Amino acid sequence: MDPALVKLALGGVALLACIGLFFGIGLALAAHKFAVETDPLIEEVLESLAGAQCGGCGYPGCEGYAIAVVTDPDVPPNLCYPGKEKVAERVAELTGKKMAEIEDMIALVRCSRPEGRVSHKHEYIGFASCTAANLGFGGPSACQYACIGLGECAQACPFDAITMVDGFPAVNPDKCVSCGTCVKTCPKQIMVLQSLKARVYVPCSTKDIGKKVKEVCEVGCISCQICVKKCPAEAVRQDNGLIQIDQQKCLDYGPSCEEICVEKCPRDIFRRYDGRQVIRRHPENGLKMAG
Amino acid sequence: MTTLLTFPKGGVHPPAAKEYTAHLATEAMPVPDELEIILGQHIGAPCTPTVSKRAEVEEGELIGEVKKGLGVPLHAPVAGTIKTFGTSGHPMRVSAPSITIRTDQAAPARTYEKKAWSQLDAKELLAKVHNAGIIGIGGAGFPSHVKLSPPPDNPIDTLILNGAECEPYITADHRQMLERSAEIVEGAKIILKILGITTCHIGIENNKPDAISAMNVAVANAASEEFTIKVQPLQVKYPQGSEKQLIQAVTGRKVPAFALPSAVGVVVHNVSTTAAIHDAVVLDKPLYEKVVTISGKGISRPANLRVKVGTKLSDIVDYLGGVTDDLAKIVMGGPMMGFAVSSLDIPVTKTTSSVLFLAEDEIDTSPHSQCIRCGWCLEACPMGLEPKEVAIHVEAGRPQDTKQFGVFECFECGCCAFVCPAKRPLVQFIRLAKMKAAG
Repeated sequence: MDPALVKLALGGVALLACIGLFFGIGLALAAHKFAVETDPLIEEVLESLAGAQCGGCGYPGCEGYAIAVVTDPDVPPNLCYPGKEKVAERVAELTGKKMAEIEDMIALVRCSRPEGRVSHKHEYIGFASCTAANLGFGGPSACQYACIGLGECAQACPFDAITMVDGFPAVNPDKCVSCGTCVKTCPKQIMVLQSLKARVYVPCSTKDIGKKVKEVCEVGCISCQICVKKCPAEAVRQDNGLIQIDQQKCLDYGPSCEEICVEKCPRDIFRRYDGRQVIRRHPENGLKMAG
Repeated sequence: MTTLLTFPKGGVHPPAAKEYTAHLATEAMPVPDELEIILGQHIGAPCTPTVSKRAEVEEGELIGEVKKGLGVPLHAPVAGTIKTFGTSGHPMRVSAPSITIRTDQAAPARTYEKKAWSQLDAKELLAKVHNAGIIGIGGAGFPSHVKLSPPPDNPIDTLILNGAECEPYITADHRQMLERSAEIVEGAKIILKILGITTCHIGIENNKPDAISAMNVAVANAASEEFTIKVQPLQVKYPQGSEKQLIQAVTGRKVPAFALPSAVGVVVHNVSTTAAIHDAVVLDKPLYEKVVTISGKGISRPANLRVKVGTKLSDIVDYLGGVTDDLAKIVMGGPMMGFAVSSLDIPVTKTTSSVLFLAEDEIDTSPHSQCIRCGWCLEACPMGLEPKEVAIHVEAGRPQDTKQFGVFECFECGCCAFVCPAKRPLVQFIRLAKMKAAG
């Protein structure tokens, strides 16, 4: 090989090495001088979180929560919903906070539009989003509290736990981590988080009086309040037209009431719940409702 | 020939479609057996009922008032009995709390006598306007007594009466200007006295020459040394009747973004509101009647109706002989800014100016497509905004980033959606953006 060529090649390599060394030292010095002080604890907490960036904790991403839980003594350690108990324990251990009991929750659809055969009051033409459809006279459904069915919750769910089946959301209990994104997204506020231990559940969100409900829906709650009167634990109440169940009171009372609320409901909208599925009293009358 | 004024930026020319009702004199509709009076008729806090169930009320009696916050009282439109406190249909809120009154059909209609008002001072006049429950009945529903007491650091020098009525189909203000021109001019004098100023312009679009001449006659008849009232013909261009656009058209002053007209020394009142202020002061009559234009090819008999507040659309449809077979859409308000509804179980409120029954060939139901970046919406926007950018951001799931395009300056006139060749529902996108960007 021509020695001149070798010389040229070596010269090039040497020059590049010199440039590399110069900038390397420069960067090293800069990194040292301008280093941002980070609490190693934040890093550690961040690593222990589920890392789904779901925002269920209410902070902007996992890092936001990590900073908050380390720096703010009032932020509880059990807000990482996808991480469940394991992550909460680890965060509590790292931050030295007292670990409150974490309750396994799941998102449920508080509407039975397909079962109730709720008709459409108008045809919606426009941007296919529930919030947009809701701006036009409360959406196309004849019941103003019913699911609109354009799947904004399914799109928003960071865990793909919601699928739209015939224009109605179905929650996959295996995928749902109860982050609450759907609850915040739904313009009709029919997505709710419910404890997996809950025994009963009302899949209807109407606040209308009985007459109006009967006009539009075959199963919707008609505010007869039989459940409120019959519950021996006084766990059922009607709040602003909406049936609410105090799950703690219900669980504390135990199964001896034999779910009289479910048995006595004239609309069969008070349902038993086994942690995975809402069960109708007379399943032969209709399909089981997923999630 | 006076020159025709207009606002400088944007605007569109939708078909006026006023020929259905412009020639029809206002007719009083018989009072239906039941009225549903919505408690939140105005911008501000809703009224709390001051009557109890089964109570007997007289026509014009107080039935609701605002205990705390911004608002005006509510009055019984008829003599009758309070039936229930429930909910009624509402074009924007779907359902809203209301009072149902069962009409006493035997009771004679209340009559009002004219009273002199010239010896009353501004404060007493203002109290009368408030007590009569007057709000901006052109559509916005802002309590009038608030507009009439501008902040002291902004001296007012001009009153503008809004007779532009730029929305297609609607002819309620037009008929008021023809039939009640003298009352409107007297109402203008009352407002001028309350504000302590002397100049008033009455802005009317040039497609209503009969209204312009009627108002000119009324102004000439009521001419006085004290006040300078002038009818100002305007070019026909939508949205001429929008407050900020009207001020710029008439006075050349530009109201800054997010500021009120008082910032440039102007107060604007709709001509129908002015007539209501006249009634409140001269007759001591509260606001409980409303002239509503019922129009479109979908109604058997279009009309300008004087109805009681609380009259349900179903009663109006029955009175006018029902709807036609090709009815495709019902809109409360004008076709540009109104709200489509799918129920007739909705009562008329103080702010209902029209109900349109539109047939198949009056609406466009073709689906929208992608933005082709033609920029027509930018040219049409009277506020100089970029509707297309807002829509693209909303579609891409980034509504929170739309503040930079001035979404909160948008007053939803609908010019952008009107011109969009891709039929994009731009106003809907902007409303979505406002909801998400505010939070």
